[in-house]
Parts: sequence; structure tokens; C-alpha cells
Amino acid sequence: MDEHSAGATSAAAATPARDGVADLFGGTRQPPFRGQERVDLPADRVREAFRFLRDDGYDLLVDVTCVDYLEYRGAKHRYGLVYLLAATADNRRLTVRVFLDDPAPTVASATPVWPAANWLEREVWDMFGIRFEGHPDLRRLLLPEVFTAHPLRKDYPLQGRGERHNFPILTRDDG
Amino acid sequence: MALELPENVVVSRLDELASWCRKNSLWPMPFATACCGIELMATGASKHDLARFGAEVFRFSPRQCDLMIVAGRVVMKMLPVLQRIWLQMSEPKWCISMGACASTGGVFDTYAVVQGIDRFIPVDMYVPGCPPRPEQLIQAIIDLQDKIQREGTITGREFDTPERQLRKRALVEAVGPLEADAARNPILQRRLAEAGAPHA
Repeated sequence: MDEHSAGATSAAAATPARDGVADLFGGTRQPPFRGQERVDLPADRVREAFRFLRDDGYDLLVDVTCVDYLEYRGAKHRYGLVYLLAATADNRRLTVRVFLDDPAPTVASATPVWPAANWLEREVWDMFGIRFEGHPDLRRLLLPEVFTAHPLRKDYPLQGRGERHNFPILTRDDG
Repeated sequence: MALELPENVVVSRLDELASWCRKNSLWPMPFATACCGIELMATGASKHDLARFGAEVFRFSPRQCDLMIVAGRVVMKMLPVLQRIWLQMSEPKWCISMGACASTGGVFDTYAVVQGIDRFIPVDMYVPGCPPRPEQLIQAIIDLQDKIQREGTITGREFDTPERQLRKRALVEAVGPLEADAARNPILQRRLAEAGAPHA
């Protein structure tokens, strides 16, 4: 880390971690957006990269979410996982993106590194159908367990595929 | 009939007496899931004072209630709960669908929101509005009282009529929704086959 911080100014204190993780794990540096440091990581290296970042001081996982880039102009990949990290000791923040593709979007779980990822990854699994390998309990979080689709995918119709109508009908006879 | 009655004696039918007792002592079950629930609370509070109509005793146990007021949108995960609570209520019982979401799904025409609770449980009274004002809910309760007085019987025979068994909808969609629903719902298929009627 120290060798990267030589040329860094105090305003860009997060740059060393961004450059370090990009260099070590084959990631791509992204330009900062409104002061937020960003980096893209390859899906097969995230487990080591997350440990590196945690050891670098990013002790808080703020959010894990996902974007479906289906039919998005210029998109090269279908899914973009977004991890928002924060280092509470020195107030650094880092946005990590990991791109995944069909037919089986799978990535290593961040739960062993940050326990906060547990429910966040369950929600991403619920809504986007992305498998997190190594997750201790990858069940649906929000939708009923009988639900089979992943409704925030762009190819899922807004009004569903009839799941909301699939209930027994009670009449006065039923008591 | 040569029978002298004192002037403080009223002759009535037992059915009417039972209905009179029931309608003036409704015990609501507040199934409040959204902003309609706030109006429901306002209805019970001192300004609008549901006690004037004998329906102020909100109970959170379905065993003690005979009027379910569904106030707010019901999602897929909540509907089995709603049905279970409805089944747990003792008879005779009635249901008010309060507001646009409970009646039709309202603006929430999405995969997880039930498009009207009347698809899955019997509804006696609909209250339009988003959310309805307390006056509207009070009007619905007054109308329900009229309905109970008009058709109520001491044994609850009025619930056994065929039209009470048919599914009622606040809004009927243009293109055969019932058949579309039946294609996915074996219980509805059986009922349609038994009734022999394509449209409720």
C-alpha cells in the first residue's frame, strides 16, 4: 500500500487502495465520480480482493446491490454487482463493481469477510438470481419461498407471471 | 288477534332482533397495512368517534371480531395471513375492503401486490378513496349495518345463498380475467366447473 501512496494527494486518500486492488487482482481503475473512488474487479478474484480491502481498513460494507444491463446501450455484461465499502477509521469510501453474465451468474460470497453481506446478498439472490458461493444461508429474503422467478431482472414482466393470482379462493362456505 | 299488549312491548321477529343486536355491536378487526390504516385509526379516534355507531371496540384477536376492515395493499406474502385471520374470525362475520389498494390493487399493479382482496376472500362493502376519509368509512359501516338489518338471520342463513358464494369483484376487467385466473388456479377451476357459469 505504501508504495502507491507516494504520489497521492491528501484529497485522494482512497486512491492507494483502489490502485492496489486493481493491480493485485487484475481490476480496472475507474475515474472518481464526485469524489467517490471506484474500481471494477474480475469475478473470479473477488474473494482475495475483499480480504485485501478488509485488511486495508474497509471495515464497513454499506451495501451490496445489482444492476441488470440487459439491452443497456454499450453494455458488455448482463449484471453489474455493486459493493459500497467504507473505512470508518479514516472515512474512506470505495465503490467496487463486479460484472457477471448468464447463464449462471455466480460470484464468491462476501459474507465470510463482512457479515453484513448476509442479508444483502440474499436480497440480490432474491431479486436478480445471482448465486453467491460460500454464502451460509442463501434463501429468499423478501419474496415468498414459493416464488420461482427473480423479478428485478429486466426480462421479467412488471405485472409478474401470475404469481399474485395463485392463491386459494375463500368463499362463505369455507367458514 | 284478541291479545292485549302493554304499550312498552314491541312485537318483532327473532331474526330482526338478532340483526339489530349484531349491527349495533360490530367488533372490527383492523387489518391495516398502509396509509388507509391511519384513516382507520382516525375513524376510531375521538374526532370521528366510531363509538357513535357501536363499532369502536377494535380487537387484535380475530376470535373476538366480526368485522374485518382491510385497510391498505395486501402483498403475496401477506395474503395467506389475511386468509388465516379471516378463517379464524367467528361467524357471523363481514368484511369491508377499505381504499383503492385493498379493493383493486390501486396504483400498485406489480408482481407482488394482490389486485383486490375480493379475489380471495368474501367482501361485503367497498370503500373507494386513496385513502378514504373517515366519513367514508363511517358511511360504509352505516351501509353495512343497513345490510345486516335488511338480510340478517339469527342462524346466518343469508350467507348460504348461492350469490353469496360467488366471487364478487370491485372492478371487472374487460377480457375474461376469471378464465385467465382459472388456468393457474385449480380451486377456481373446480368452482367454475361446479357453478357452470363462466363469469361471476
